[in-house]
Amino acid sequence: MAEMIKKATRESFGEALIELAKTNENIVVLDADLAAATKTGVFKKAYPERFIDCGIAECNMVSIAAGLSTCGKIPFAASFAMFSAGRAFEQVRNSVCYPKLNVKIVGSHAGISVGEDGATHQCCEDIALMRAIPNMTVINPCDHYEMVAAVKAMAEKNGPCYVRLGRLAVESVNNNDDYKFEIGKGITLKDGDDITIVATGLMVQEAVKAAKVLEAEGINARVLNIHTIKPLDEELIVKAAKETGRIVTCEEHNVIGGLGEAVSSLLCEKCPVPVKKIGVNDVFGHSGPAVDLLKEFGLSAENIVKTVKEVLGK
Amino acid sequence: MNATEKQQLKITAAKVRLNIIEGVFNAKSGHPGGSLSAAEIFTYLYFKEMNIDPANPKCENRDRFVLSKGHCAPGYYAALAERGFFSTEEIKSLRHIGAMLQGHPDMKGTPGVDMSSGSLGQGISCAVGMALAGKMDKKDYRVYTLLGDGETEEGQVWEAAMFAAHKKLDNLCVIVDHNGLQIDGPIAEVAGPDPLDEKFKAFGFEVITINGNCFDEIEKAFDFAKSVEGKPVAIIANTIKGKGVSYMENNVSWHGAAPNKDQYEVAMAELRANLEELMK
Repeated sequence: MAEMIKKATRESFGEALIELAKTNENIVVLDADLAAATKTGVFKKAYPERFIDCGIAECNMVSIAAGLSTCGKIPFAASFAMFSAGRAFEQVRNSVCYPKLNVKIVGSHAGISVGEDGATHQCCEDIALMRAIPNMTVINPCDHYEMVAAVKAMAEKNGPCYVRLGRLAVESVNNNDDYKFEIGKGITLKDGDDITIVATGLMVQEAVKAAKVLEAEGINARVLNIHTIKPLDEELIVKAAKETGRIVTCEEHNVIGGLGEAVSSLLCEKCPVPVKKIGVNDVFGHSGPAVDLLKEFGLSAENIVKTVKEVLGK
Repeated sequence: MNATEKQQLKITAAKVRLNIIEGVFNAKSGHPGGSLSAAEIFTYLYFKEMNIDPANPKCENRDRFVLSKGHCAPGYYAALAERGFFSTEEIKSLRHIGAMLQGHPDMKGTPGVDMSSGSLGQGISCAVGMALAGKMDKKDYRVYTLLGDGETEEGQVWEAAMFAAHKKLDNLCVIVDHNGLQIDGPIAEVAGPDPLDEKFKAFGFEVITINGNCFDEIEKAFDFAKSVEGKPVAIIANTIKGKGVSYMENNVSWHGAAPNKDQYEVAMAELRANLEELMK
């Protein structure tokens, strides 16, 4: 077993970039005056000549990244998810995804766990926006190991990618030695026959905790870590639906347009079973400590346990 | 540029204009006004100014062009076809289902197109990215981008301008097709982006204002742009919207409309007469 690491995925992201840049000279990093927060700042320190601060101009940053990529660079363009996926949505669509350019859009401080900054910065729509664009790959790693592997995989994949980073420190769940990351391939963290909990991002940790509690009460839940929202691992999810008959999805994102809807849409067509979505219920967040907000919005192991029991009628 | 060369450029521009009308007429839609106003600029870029090779359109060291005002694709396509990137026959299927020539430039499908564009304000930023890559890689290619004057109402244009000057991108040349009209009317009445020369100067550019339908002045401007060090250059090209077709000139209704059969015949007759005159 690798060591358990408690770290925010944004920190793992910054470290992974530096590792990657050692062997790939085409990697360049762009930021929009948030390098200290998105953790591209550590890359800037290591490779100042390959770091481009665009100032507070995210739309310009994304289109510049597109231009750089046509000349052979592999740009990672980072800002808060609200701005890289939100404000610059149309640049991502038209400058990057339509010509299928090799640009990596990075959305940090995603979700409600931004905390004290409040609603204007708590982006719970980024996955919906990014997965609606043709040619886009959408990845939401849940821990340190997954983020490091995802950054490497994104650089190796030629085409547009969006990756979501969190602000809050999270415990690693992928520290087993046979952990293998592949874009578009979900991971079964725990087997089970009674129900499947499909989770992404920091909700994976909560799902694992919930499954332990449920097990103690005699409910055997399967746990899937879906780090890639698009392309979705249809085979793994359909198999789980067939074998367990019920699904609960968990995400730190609006229930509209995210993992829950992606899973529901898939199962509607391929294997209709009851699906219950846990997420932000189409409301704006507000200021407060991240951990308290997650509890308040039902993004917790406790709420997963409660929901699973409701779905099972127990 | 000697007299013969200039005459040849005028002939090419006349052919480009014919193909603009041909394309827009066959498409039954598109943007003739701003394509015609920029015919001399397209022609000069692709026949005199830029280091490009139609046989090797992706050559790493080529000069790059981004049509930031992507709706003027008919003018761009006509110049690319005339230069040999693809057959002029393609022009007739502009905007048709399954056609190579999309309503707005598509770098994936059209040889010679360096960047997909069409959403106003984004092309200049893409050009800035290309110029920045050239500087990072110590390459000596140059990057050109053509904007509409109405397009400068997009805030992203000024984000790009600020950044380009900050990074001292003297390999970047921004051309504004200043024909004074946008869809909703005269730019002075819609949002008033003028004076553009002073704005670009304030953002750290070297600026030159020219008659953008005159090859002597276009040559002077591009030669000046190449001589500037440490700053990007903006060329404010005063042009006539719809230039070359009498009823389209300075008439805003031809910003984005195709001529009907009769109007097409009139336009083609005028443009053919002009071409024949030049070839005498």
